[in-house]
Amino acid sequence: MNLKINGNIKSFDDTSMTIEGLVMQLNLLGKRIAIEKNGMIISKSEFQKITLQDGDQLEIVGAVGGG
Amino acid sequence: MIQKKDSLFIAGKSYQSRLLVGTGKYKNFEETRLAIDANGAEIITVAIRRTNIGQNEGEPSLLDFVPPDRFTYLPNTAGCYSADDAVRTLRLARELLDGHTLVKLEVLGDPKTLYPNVMETLKAAEVLIKEGFDVMVYTSDDPIVAKELENIGCCAIMPLASLIGSGMGILNPWNLQIIIEHAKVPVLVDAGVGTASDAAIAMELGCEGVLMNTAIASANDPIMMASAMKKAIEAGREAYLAGRMAKKLYSASPTSPTQGMIS
Repeated sequence: MNLKINGNIKSFDDTSMTIEGLVMQLNLLGKRIAIEKNGMIISKSEFQKITLQDGDQLEIVGAVGGG
Repeated sequence: MIQKKDSLFIAGKSYQSRLLVGTGKYKNFEETRLAIDANGAEIITVAIRRTNIGQNEGEPSLLDFVPPDRFTYLPNTAGCYSADDAVRTLRLARELLDGHTLVKLEVLGDPKTLYPNVMETLKAAEVLIKEGFDVMVYTSDDPIVAKELENIGCCAIMPLASLIGSGMGILNPWNLQIIIEHAKVPVLVDAGVGTASDAAIAMELGCEGVLMNTAIASANDPIMMASAMKKAIEAGREAYLAGRMAKKLYSASPTSPTQGMIS
């Protein structure tokens, strides 16, 4: 399936994957991040429950230095 | 000496330091942390940005150097030009920081000057406050807008001293004074401070605190400037509390006794 993550299309072999599965594949497990799927914020407690679908758009953000 | 009880109160929490700092523009995270240690800030602003996906896995993170359990993170909306973008950013920040509600709202109106768009700022503030955020708001030095932001429910009003990153200092102390006199929530100068005397002047005017970034990060020696800013904030606060003497063009009251002069 194809997912649009932070503005870029990424292809995955998996046909079914939870958000937690994606977070693991991206080596972001345990990192302080927040995820928005198709414009909706997904809380960490839902990462295991929500299954991604082809074409989903995701924003994955973190805190960086800023004024 | 400032008495211990002279704390800065924001959204029900007290802070000993009246200096709030940004974490941008430093050479590296180590320098960022050293500067924070030197300036004594307890509240630090951070930006919310897309995470690197895949590349630079071992890359250090700001969070390793400035741990969020030791400092109060103030996620900001720097770079947002609409109320919608600002609200979206801070909702993500709240999720990112496990329900943390203290935020800095800033909605810009012009990429060249980074002047705030107060219309969008008002819109965003209203939504955020309804959603339970504690909003510290960056704004122009317009006293009417400042009052309106307070009426909406912002927990701190943060007018600019001059434009973001300009280092031009306090250009309109009179407007700041009007804002301070009319506000029932803390007023902090945010943006435009260039050097220690600017910070001291802001505090002497009666500001509850100052938020700065570039003045420290872009100094030749950021760590030394961080230390200078700490002292300036404390000196300015003490001078404000002490109450300055009245200004007069000249004084007929010499400092030394007029009696006992040799003749």
